[in-house]
Amino acid sequence: MSKKLKAAIIGPGNIGTDLLMKAMRSDWIEPVWMVGVDPESEGLKRAKEFGMKTTAEGVDGMLAHVVEDDIRIAFDATSAYVHAENSSKLNALGVVMIDLTPAAIGPFCIPPVNLKTHAQKLEMNVNMVTCGGQATIPMVAAISSVQEVAYGEIIATAASKSVGPGTRMNIDEFTRTTSAGVEQVGGAKKGKAIIIINPAEPPMIMRDTVHCLTEDEPDQDAITKSILAMVEEVKKYVPGYRLVNGPIFDGKRVSIFLEVEGLGDFLPKYAGNLDIMTAAALRTAEMFAEEAASGTIELPARAA
Amino acid sequence: MMNLKGRKITVHDMSLRDGMHAKQHQISIEEMKSVSQGLDEAGVPLIEVTHGDGLGGASVNWGFPAASDEEYLRAVIPGLKNAKVSALLLPGVGTVDHLRMAADCGINTIRVATHCTEADVSLQHIKLGREMGLDTVGFLMMAHMIEPEEILVQAKLMESYGANCLYVTDSAGYMLPDDVSSRIKILRDNLLPETELGFHGHHNLAMGVANSLAAVEAGANRIDCACGGMGAGAGNTPMEVFVAVCDRMGIETGVDVFKISDVAEDLVTPMLDFPVRIDRNSLTLGYAGVYSSFLLFAKRAEENYGIPARDLLLEMGRRKMVGGQEDMIEDIALTMAKERKAANERKAS
Repeated sequence: MSKKLKAAIIGPGNIGTDLLMKAMRSDWIEPVWMVGVDPESEGLKRAKEFGMKTTAEGVDGMLAHVVEDDIRIAFDATSAYVHAENSSKLNALGVVMIDLTPAAIGPFCIPPVNLKTHAQKLEMNVNMVTCGGQATIPMVAAISSVQEVAYGEIIATAASKSVGPGTRMNIDEFTRTTSAGVEQVGGAKKGKAIIIINPAEPPMIMRDTVHCLTEDEPDQDAITKSILAMVEEVKKYVPGYRLVNGPIFDGKRVSIFLEVEGLGDFLPKYAGNLDIMTAAALRTAEMFAEEAASGTIELPARAA
Repeated sequence: MMNLKGRKITVHDMSLRDGMHAKQHQISIEEMKSVSQGLDEAGVPLIEVTHGDGLGGASVNWGFPAASDEEYLRAVIPGLKNAKVSALLLPGVGTVDHLRMAADCGINTIRVATHCTEADVSLQHIKLGREMGLDTVGFLMMAHMIEPEEILVQAKLMESYGANCLYVTDSAGYMLPDDVSSRIKILRDNLLPETELGFHGHHNLAMGVANSLAAVEAGANRIDCACGGMGAGAGNTPMEVFVAVCDRMGIETGVDVFKISDVAEDLVTPMLDFPVRIDRNSLTLGYAGVYSSFLLFAKRAEENYGIPARDLLLEMGRRKMVGGQEDMIEDIALTMAKERKAANERKAS
């Protein structure tokens, strides 16, 4: 029996397609279904060409096949508005939901920080925060693992072409969700998030700045070591994650300057913001598969 | 010579918002109260009060202010007899929660600012501003970076969300009068007749007054000025100078020339940490089209990393950095310092 877990991707847009291309290379995940709502959509056609089963009738169009196709993981790359319904329908069938929308029904998941905990508890819905959160929260956590962080602030700058209509129409959701993630997963007592969109041509690669204010004087050696180690952890699933400058220490301020270049699967390389979301989501699914294969967790029972 | 006699315009004071940049956001509550009351007394109808980077701008990135937006607004608004207060909001920084707070404090006007190509991030905030009955302004920053036709597309978006006034914002102080005229004119010809138009200038090339007149001639009726020439870079269009020129030309602002000059001289100038004026760095902003509030950050990076502020500003311009990207100044300074060190070592070996 294959150790791979079978998966569905909901939302055949840029994110869903990029995720599909990454998942097809995975040792742990086998993408089977692509779920959309528009039969004419490019994304669904493309998924079909890749050999996926497709439906244009939303999650309902797949429900009858979930058990027979042994779908264990679903990635939701639609919108916060429909996520709750998608999640409850699929959770009821024993499918673990990985949420790439800002809905955040389940706990935040930042793979190198808390994924293992979620996987071992078999959380049935985990939320991938935001692109800016995936890029910066590991750094906040790297500092807060050394000493208390009174305040964590992140500035995510993305190329205009890589910021989709969903994010644009509800940009407040980005700042709220990301700052909550900086606190809850990053470990800062107070979090703040800023997003900046830059239209330069050629498009700039995603940049992220992290400023933390520590409670006491920062232990420079320990923090530097922790940050460098964390960069390596993120690089495991986002090879283009780079520490450009820092950590810089100025009194109690610790500043880190990052660049996130994508793999260029479906989305261009400059769109590191989208790449880090899909890579983190796939990494999350893989961890569930690894834990299930090793017997640490038992997936919901299904009639054989 | 243009004939603008009898035109009525609204001058909008920036000294307590854009001026916050020059003060690293450290204007005290008492100073806010005394300056705003002086402006009110002089006849200024609208005064902006917020962190320099708008509601929610308090941050490591841009600086923590001496008091919160809410504290400033609650201190200033009750002390004014006639003048109204506006707040600035940059989507991506401030949220609708900040907007609700400011409305609760009693602001009259919300100005929602985006980079000139990114108007579609302002939907939530403009819509809510209008729903709450506020005078709601769409503020297109760094408007020199795109053509008039492209500005129009973005302005129409904001108008469709509910903005009743649209601004051409020369954040870099780069524009010349024709640049202003062509942008205002295309908006005047194509937006709804009831939509007001405004111009926000910076004085980096000493064009603040001339550009503002060009805007009025092309159909703008709101002009941003800062008393005492406060503001990021070499400051905004100096209020007292613009008002005096308007007075000579018969443009009606409702502001008393001598009273506003006294506010500038007696209240604003003593507040300054350094003279806000055109020097080689602020000139570079206007000359190269770089966001004005980068100025002090570049100067600080020069002190810390030994890279001349002018070189940093030019590099920021070359990379087409937009408003808010102050974090990149320290980043670029660090990178340039590394490169120069490596180059020197190569030379030495």
